[in-house]
Amino acid sequence: MSEHVVPIRTYVGVFLALLVLTCATVAVARLDLGEPEVAGLRLPLNVIVAITIACAKALLVILFFMHVKYSGRLVQLVVASSFVWLFILIAITMSDYVSRGWSIHPGI
Amino acid sequence: MPDAHASVLQHHFETLQQQKESSSLGMWVFIAQEVLFFGGLFATYTVYRAMYHDAFAAASHHLNVTLGAANTAVLICSSLTMAMAVHAAALGRRKQIVAWLLSTVLLGAIFLGVKVVEYREKWELHLIPGPSFSAHALHLEGDAASHAQIYYSLYFAMTGLHALHMIIGIPIILGLAVFAWKGRYGPEWSTPVEMTGLYWHFVDIVWIFLFPFLYLIH
Repeated sequence: MSEHVVPIRTYVGVFLALLVLTCATVAVARLDLGEPEVAGLRLPLNVIVAITIACAKALLVILFFMHVKYSGRLVQLVVASSFVWLFILIAITMSDYVSRGWSIHPGI
Repeated sequence: MPDAHASVLQHHFETLQQQKESSSLGMWVFIAQEVLFFGGLFATYTVYRAMYHDAFAAASHHLNVTLGAANTAVLICSSLTMAMAVHAAALGRRKQIVAWLLSTVLLGAIFLGVKVVEYREKWELHLIPGPSFSAHALHLEGDAASHAQIYYSLYFAMTGLHALHMIIGIPIILGLAVFAWKGRYGPEWSTPVEMTGLYWHFVDIVWIFLFPFLYLIH
């Protein structure tokens, strides 16, 4: 809990990892990774890599800077549930747009 | 032992531990609500980006990736200084708390300063949504121009709301610095510093997502 004092070394390590990931995401954005088709789905790799790196950075901040790794179960449950609700918000919104005729690609 | 806590333990809590856990839980519920608050904007962005992919790509190419990346680094530094302030507060190192808090404010101000430079450029190029919006600088016309306006509406809504969170955070941190200077925080009780830290880190996370969504993905 809050009694747990995280060593400074951990903070500096997380900080350096965040900077490295920021450089990585900028570097990858300069490349065109293409959009390979897997099982009929076009996968925009640049988007997927950028979002994956952002999620990794967010996870580092949440676990270490925000002490969730050292927090009680109740706090960890609230943190996890906030992402479940976010997933529901985006997944259900998008499922509506991609599954209707009037939807996402006007003119097609 | 209970007497030593009397000054900071509020009467409706049994123990300091319970008081701290309640604060943490309350703060996290607030942040969960904030996740959905920003989540609505991210969902809107995702829908419109899928609809008007080309206009969004052209509009986002116009953002300055160098300034965006530099600001990301500034904000990550400010998260480190905030974490160090929380660390110093838990150990009761009065001067260190104040120094780390003021560093955080300084870095936050630098971030907002860079944002002003970016907004100013959009203003000069008529990229502010509204009657004087013009997609001339983007070399877009007709429908594509109005779709680019949707991109810039989202750009200003999302970065503006994010900046507003920082503008709210800075005076709170300055207030903490004053209280820290008076010696209010120590090993026994440093919850306000910790909770403000959670808020500041959350604002950092929002930017961690805004940066690739708005600047990098074309």
